[in-house]
Amino acid sequence: MRQVLALAIAAVLSFAAAGCGEQQAVTVYKQGQYQGKPDKQPWDNDQFKGDKLAWEKAIKARNDIQNETSRGTPTAN
Amino acid sequence: MARMKFLCDAERCIECNGCVTACKNEHEVPWGVNRRRVVTLNDGVPGEKSISVACMHCSDAPCMAVCPVDCFYKTSEGVVLHDKDLCIGCGYCFYACPFGAPQFPQDGAFGLRGKMDNCTFCAGGPEVDFSAAEFKKYGRNRLAEGKLPACAEMCSTKALLGGDGDVIADIYRNRVLKRGKGSDVWGWGTAYGKPERQPAAKPGAKS
Repeated sequence: MRQVLALAIAAVLSFAAAGCGEQQAVTVYKQGQYQGKPDKQPWDNDQFKGDKLAWEKAIKARNDIQNETSRGTPTAN
Repeated sequence: MARMKFLCDAERCIECNGCVTACKNEHEVPWGVNRRRVVTLNDGVPGEKSISVACMHCSDAPCMAVCPVDCFYKTSEGVVLHDKDLCIGCGYCFYACPFGAPQFPQDGAFGLRGKMDNCTFCAGGPEVDFSAAEFKKYGRNRLAEGKLPACAEMCSTKALLGGDGDVIADIYRNRVLKRGKGSDVWGWGTAYGKPERQPAAKPGAKS
């Protein structure tokens, strides 16, 4: 009888202890804050190697190409 | 550098759909998803006007405000992007957007709705730059290559301008002064009329 009782208690304890090892399955949600993966800056890559000024210069050149009135005219900078 | 903006000059747009084709080709956008489209007002009537419409990357983007899973973020250049791994395809952003920009790919016999897809200002997404994953989910990252959106750069009449807000506003201002008409920029006030969206409130604060 005692053996059966000990087995029953052991079984109950093992089930109770199983809960302690349970991992949190739900992500922590912060309302109103971006939850996704972080993104890098457009100049943080192999092409520009973190040089923000070089990137801005490239973008500025592309911006100026859209202006057909000044296209082909050398600019001061 | 100022923030990135789009501007469409209705006096110049000839409804050639070059921008739409450029976008489709550049990002290999699937069938049924139109990140950019050309809308013609008073079609067939003398004096009709066409405008190229896509995500305008609003200052105070309503899509960011309504997203229940907060998958949107704004880059330092003012480009509104989202994480497709988080998107649940609920469609709230579509209802909130004044430009009808968010697109939802539909597939299968039952028209299963997928994760939201929209214009990224050719800036990719929150994956490693130039990676296969970034291209598959968001398309090409031209901004990281030092280039501007393909639609604007491809525009044959330069009706669609995209890039540094100050520069494109200057280009447009000069045009209006020279031709003496067409000073109204469709969608500009709606997209950029409100102040820049402030960072999210602290946790626990009222939203």
